[in-house]
Parts: sequence; structure tokens; C-alpha cells
Amino acid sequence: MESRIFEELREIVGPRGLITSREELHTYECDGLTNFRVLPRAVLLPDSTEQVQKIVRVCGREKIPFVARGSGTGLSGGALPVENGIVISLTRMNRILEVDLANARVVVEPGVINLDVTGRVASQEYFYAPDPSSQSVCSIGGNVAENSGGAHCLKYGFTTTHVLGLEVVLADGSLVHLGGKTLDAPGYDLMGVFVGSEGTLGIATKIILRVVKRPECVRTLLAAFPSTNEAGAAVSDTIAAGMLPAAIEMMDNLAIQAAEAAVHANYPNCGALLLVELDGPVAEVGALMAHVDEICKKNGAWEIRVAQSEAERALVWKGRKAAFAAMGRISPNYIVQDGVIPRTELPNVMREIGRLSREAGLRVANVFHAGDGNLHPLVLYDRRIPGQEETAEALSSRILELCIAAGGSITGEHGVGEDKKKMMPKMYSEPDLETMQRVRCAFDPLQLSNPTKMFPRPRLCGEKPGEYVAHPLETAGIAERF
Amino acid sequence: MDASVSAKATANTFEADVREIVKAKYVRAAVASDAVAGVQPRLVVEPGSEQELAKVLKLADAAGLAVIPRGGGTKLEWGNRPARANVILSMGRLNRVIEHAWADLTVSVEAGCTIGKLQETLARHGQRLALDVLWPERATVGGVLSTNDSGALRLRFGSLRDLVIGVTLALADGTVASSGGRVVKNVAGYDLPKLVTGALGTLGVITRAFFRLHPLPKETRTVSCVTTDVREAQRLVTAIQNSKLAHSALQICCGGEMQPRIDVLFEGTEAGLTAQMEQVRVIMGASAIPEVGGDVWNARQEIWSAGKQGATEFAAVKFASLPAQIGEAIETIAKLSSAKSRWSVVAQATGIGWVRLEGAVSAIESALREFRAELERSRGSLVIARRPVGMAELDAWGNAGDSLGLMRAVKRQFDPQATLNAGRFVGGI
Repeated sequence: MESRIFEELREIVGPRGLITSREELHTYECDGLTNFRVLPRAVLLPDSTEQVQKIVRVCGREKIPFVARGSGTGLSGGALPVENGIVISLTRMNRILEVDLANARVVVEPGVINLDVTGRVASQEYFYAPDPSSQSVCSIGGNVAENSGGAHCLKYGFTTTHVLGLEVVLADGSLVHLGGKTLDAPGYDLMGVFVGSEGTLGIATKIILRVVKRPECVRTLLAAFPSTNEAGAAVSDTIAAGMLPAAIEMMDNLAIQAAEAAVHANYPNCGALLLVELDGPVAEVGALMAHVDEICKKNGAWEIRVAQSEAERALVWKGRKAAFAAMGRISPNYIVQDGVIPRTELPNVMREIGRLSREAGLRVANVFHAGDGNLHPLVLYDRRIPGQEETAEALSSRILELCIAAGGSITGEHGVGEDKKKMMPKMYSEPDLETMQRVRCAFDPLQLSNPTKMFPRPRLCGEKPGEYVAHPLETAGIAERF
Repeated sequence: MDASVSAKATANTFEADVREIVKAKYVRAAVASDAVAGVQPRLVVEPGSEQELAKVLKLADAAGLAVIPRGGGTKLEWGNRPARANVILSMGRLNRVIEHAWADLTVSVEAGCTIGKLQETLARHGQRLALDVLWPERATVGGVLSTNDSGALRLRFGSLRDLVIGVTLALADGTVASSGGRVVKNVAGYDLPKLVTGALGTLGVITRAFFRLHPLPKETRTVSCVTTDVREAQRLVTAIQNSKLAHSALQICCGGEMQPRIDVLFEGTEAGLTAQMEQVRVIMGASAIPEVGGDVWNARQEIWSAGKQGATEFAAVKFASLPAQIGEAIETIAKLSSAKSRWSVVAQATGIGWVRLEGAVSAIESALREFRAELERSRGSLVIARRPVGMAELDAWGNAGDSLGLMRAVKRQFDPQATLNAGRFVGGI
């Protein structure tokens, strides 16, 4: 990248907004998925929509690929820099712009931290529902890119359920508004496509969120089962009884051990732990909780506890939310996997994961959002032992293949990013992927916005303004022109 | 697909070519009742499979013929008058419920299946698609998705964008593509189910869909109350929304000859409902009418059927306002309706409302123009669902904002020749 471009970028964001020194750039070479690392040419820290637009215009003119980044907590390499590209970090755009509780709307910039939205409206008894485990550090912009979920999306839905409008800087630097404060804006639901597009369609610079009134009461039940089979049966019976709990989480013995070691959540030592949370009006929750208790007992739960205070409830959740990081207590290295299966396939898939784990000679801890069939198998390994990392990666991929074979998905909430793009053709046919890329060609015909993610083979768009110039991906042999 | 198909397809041989794909008895000349907003198509084709449908579509596209997909035909008049209409693609034979995976709370269904038949199938296992659509006995899955129809239950369960988890589409060039799938939680790839929801069939023909389901409620109760004026109605709606009640629906109904009435729907267990009924009565005060029947929830459909048959012309429109401004929107309508024109409104606590306006066409048109301008000023919108005879000029959609260019780019990618529902959508798409 020529120095005149750096000069131009520095003028846009000011000297404090441009990072080019190698040591500092290392901070941005990966996101929460650390096994992929690419050093960007520069990192820019804009603090306004106008600055984002100006940066992106320079990128368009110079054909420089750019990757937007929030807090960098993503687990699929979505914010991994692109070779010879720049990173646009949105962390300085972290203002809550408007709180409109009469309409249950909050307008934020992309760098606002997820939990801070709830923090801002909590005194009025509102909350922002999507709660990824990283919610104390992850940004709303990143949540929008990944369509983040969380434990409570069983009842409340995903990020996409709670985003009503977006201001987006497109790859040509133009500004568009998708959706809005009111519902059903005339035209295509481009906001619905943008949420979860992993930074490949542009950069969201303003986000209109819906916040939700806190329920009258919340009750959390913890049940200890001999194994995941019995716990899984209790989940099925709960759903079959017509209940929609706010959350149903499951942890197997290995995950329980790790969580105990890390945060002393005081979990019973059992084969599988089920955490069921119900919320709503007191009388309704009371009636349903009695039913859940009955179902758990019927399916062999040998200990059932209901959190008696907000502090107890927080502790129960702390163990669950710390489960990934807790693996460090029982294994030097581990891979966090994210797959989805139809809930009814749980016993079969668990049995197969057990078999694959034994065959590979590696332990797999399991943490699930059991209510919606979202599995997080954690493959434990030791990088220092030659060959074990490769074995672990192969095992992790095999688990995803199990999910696909069971009629599920390769990702429920962590995204495709860099990590799983090779799996996309196993889940989708060529026409499926080609059709998705038509959307991309409409948004970003020059393919500069996070160009190497999500699709195994980026499609260069036929409709290209101006004379033919070889795309950087084309010269690098990564993509071919259609 | 057979590459020779497009080569030999021309407008002249189209009908003969179609008969090679679809059995002759499912290809017929269009009649007057097949016209769409006064535009007469030539042919009605009823494919028997997704593959047949895709081939017919590809042939039409290659021959430069305009195609209008049709389900139950209940909402064909929504949107603008088609710029062209040659072929009606009837979805009537693609009407199977493919799989009700009741233990997983999902269903896959063909687009031509009626909502009524779907709900009946789901009810056998105590489940439902938590969506109250217009004319469920005739409206089809594909039509409901394409028009993004939703009713009062939206307050609790969301609209179609929150319920549809997968679709299969046939594109104009014959590509058959799926996105999403049978699991509720899934972030692999772009969310095309949302893109085609409400796209009025202009991007592709929906052939199949997966939905997430909800259990049928154990018990339901409705409480209503009549208020002195619209402001009081808005105040009560805000108070109920701001309470900790877990209601499933909340609407205001009113009209030129009807005082505002508020209806609240509760669903759940006996114990839960009894407690909530008490609480809502406290908010509503003395005017609460407990335990009214469920009929009040037909109010939206009555927007179409309320007036005396053929007595006067009427328009039916959908508006979107902020939830706290429903009352203002209703007051605007009341103000704009002249003394001679009758009006009625059903507005939901989500900020979505439906209006019926009767009277002279010129009066209806000017009222709608002003109402739209008023709504758009506060970032809302007005969409015309039914226009009176003689009111052709007023665009069905209004202002699509600064993303219209992007919408056109999406359309060009999916349907470059504008084969599907030409000119019916926003900005002439």
C-alpha cells in the first residue's frame, strides 16, 4: 500500500485513528478464533459515520479489501483481516444515541457493548434480550454481523428479532437506511439479510434495537441426571407439554467439572445437568415450574434445585456462561464447536460424538442450548503432543458432519467466517450458494467488504462498472470470475 | 436442467413447450377472472412439482413472458397494477404438508398449501403456526409469505420473518435454491427466507417453506373495554404494554360510528390467566368487559367485509406508526375522512394498523395521500391493500427510502428481465 494512501487515511481519522506499526497491528491479527492470523496493512478507528464512508471510498478507489471489527470476540474468524487489506475498528463509535422507552426502542452505534444496552434501560425494567455468553464485552455491531444468539433466544429470538433498523455504509461509500423505528417498511427486508451477513455486505454504523419489558418473575431450576440421554428426554417432554421456557441449557460431566473448577458454581457432580429457566407472570411460572419439576423427576433427575435468590440464579448462570473459558482448567487447548441438530436427534448425535471421541482418543465436553438443539462440543487436546491438534480439528469437523447428516446446521450462532466456509458446500448445494452470492453482488459488486469469508469460493460479479481490472482475489487465485 | 430448453423457447412456441413439461389438463387459456388488477394474462399453468415449475419459469423468462405466481388468489390485488402479465403460475397442486416434525416443533410445507389445511394438520399434535392471517381457508403459504401478512398474534410471536426458518425458491432463470433449513437456530449463509418474505414474489417463486411452530394454548381469554376517546385508548394500550402482563395480542378497534374499544388476548394456563385477568381489569378500570368471545379477533378481516355489499366503494390500507403514536394515527384518519365518508380502524399495539375508508373515490384518494404524508413524516408508512375502482394513480407502497437503489440491484441479480410480477412492487420493481 502506497504511503500517499496512508496519508489520506490519516487525514480522515486523525493520527490517533490510524495504526500502522507492526507491534500494534498484532492486536488485530485475529479475533476470538486464534488459529487463523493475518496481519492487516493498517487499522483505522473512525469515530463517525462520515469517517467510515470516507475510508470505504478510499478502499473502493484503490481496491483495498476491508474488514469491519467490533470487540473481536467472534469465534469463527469473521473479523480476521484479509491479506493486503485494512481493518476498520468500530470501537470508538460507542455512543447510545437515543432511548425511547415509550416505543421500546434504543438507537446505538456499533461499538456499544451488548450488556450496556440493558444497563441503560434496566432502571425502567427493560432489557435487551439477545445474550451471547460474551455479552459483557461483545459489541452490538458484531452481534448484528453474526446474528448472535445466546441462552435466552429459545423464547426471545436472536439478534435479528431485536434489530428494527440499520444505517449501513455500503462498499461504495454510500449510506442507506434499512428498516426503521416502525415495522414493515415498504420494500425488501434488506435488514433481514444484512443481519448475520458477517460483514460481507457493508458496515452498520447505527442500529435501532427493540428492548423488552422485564417479566414479572424469573425462576431457574437445576436438575441433575445420570446422563445426557435422560436430560434430553426431559427436554423433549417439556417441549411436548407445550411449554416454551426462556432457556434450557445442558452440560455434560466434563463441562460441569470444568465450570466447577473455574467459578465454583456449586453444581452437583452428575452425568448431565439441566438448567431450565421460566419467566413471565408469577402464577403462570409457578404452575409451569411444578410441571417441569415433575417431568425432570419422571426422567430420573436425582437432585432438583430451584434458585432461591437472584444471587443463586446469577451463580447458576455464571457457571454456564463461563463453560468455554473454563476448559482451560482441564485441558491445555480446546476447540469450541457450534452445530445445530433437530432436538430429537440429540441421543443419536451424542452417542456418535462419544464414539468419535473414543476413536480419536480425545475428550469432548458438551455444552448445549438444549431447547433449540444448538450444540457446543468442546474438543480437548494438547498442542504440545505432535499430531494432536490435527486430530482434534478432524474430530471437530466430523462432529459438524454429524449435525448436517442429522438435518441440522454447521453453525447456530458463531457464524461461518473463515473457519467454516469449507463446510458450506456440505450443507448447501452449488445453486444455493450461487443464489446467496447474488445478494452479495447487489450489495458489493467489487467484493471489498470482508471478501474472503462465508463462501468457499467468492463469486466475482458480472456486473462491474468501469473497465476490467483484475480483482486482488483473482490475481491471488482465490476467486474466479463468473 | 436441459440447456436446449432456453434455446428453443420463444413466445410463439411457449404454450407447446409448456405442454411438454406440464400435463395438458393443467395448462389452460386464461379467462377474465384470471386478470390481475385489470391486466389480462394469456395462459394459466399449474405445475405438479418444483422441477416442473422451475422449467416453466425458465421457459417464460427465455421467451420474455411475464409471470404472476398465484396461490389462493386472496391478495392478488395487493401491490401495483402489473406492467405485464402473460402467464399465471398457479401453485394449487404444490399443496402438501411435507413433514410435521412435531417433536422438533417444525414443519415443512409446499407453498400452495392453504394456511387452513396447514393449521389443521399441526393441531393434531397440539401445535400451530402462531400467525393469524387473512382468509386462512384460501390463503396459501406462499402467498402469505410473499405479502408478509400477519395479524394480532404478532405482538407476542413476531411476524413471518420470525417464524420462517427455511425456503426453497425457483428463480426466473430456472435455478432452484434453498436457504435456511429445518432447525430454528441457524446462521449459516444469508437469510434468504427473510429476503423473500414480503417481496411480493418479485425475486423468485417460493415453492417450499420451513416454519418454527408453537404449542396451541391450553386456555385463552379475551378482555375488552370501551373507552371515551382515542387518547384514552392509546393511554390504556401504553399502560398494558408497560405492565408485566404476558398478553398475546392487544388491539384498538374504532370507527366513525364506533367508540374506541380495546381487546386483550391472554393465552396460557388456567392459573396464570385468572391472575392476569385481574391485573388487566385494574388497569382498565370499571369499563372492562371480561370474557368476551374470540370474535373480536376477526376485526382485521372485517375491514374488507364490514360495509354493505356493493353499497359504496372502499379502500383497505395497512399503516405502520410508532407504537406510542397509534392514537395520533387514528385521529389523523378521523380528521381526514369527510363527513360523508365512513371509516374504521383496527390497530395493533405493535404500531401496525388497518383502515377501511368508504365514500367517493376522489375523497378516499386525497385522504390516503395526506395520511401517507403524515405517517412518512414520522418515519411510518402506508401500503394500499385494496383500492377502489377508479383510483389507479396512487402508488401502493409509498416512499421506499434511500435503499431503493439497492433493492433494484437485488432485483436485477435475481430476476434481471423482470419476469416475475413486473412493476408491482416498490419503485416500479
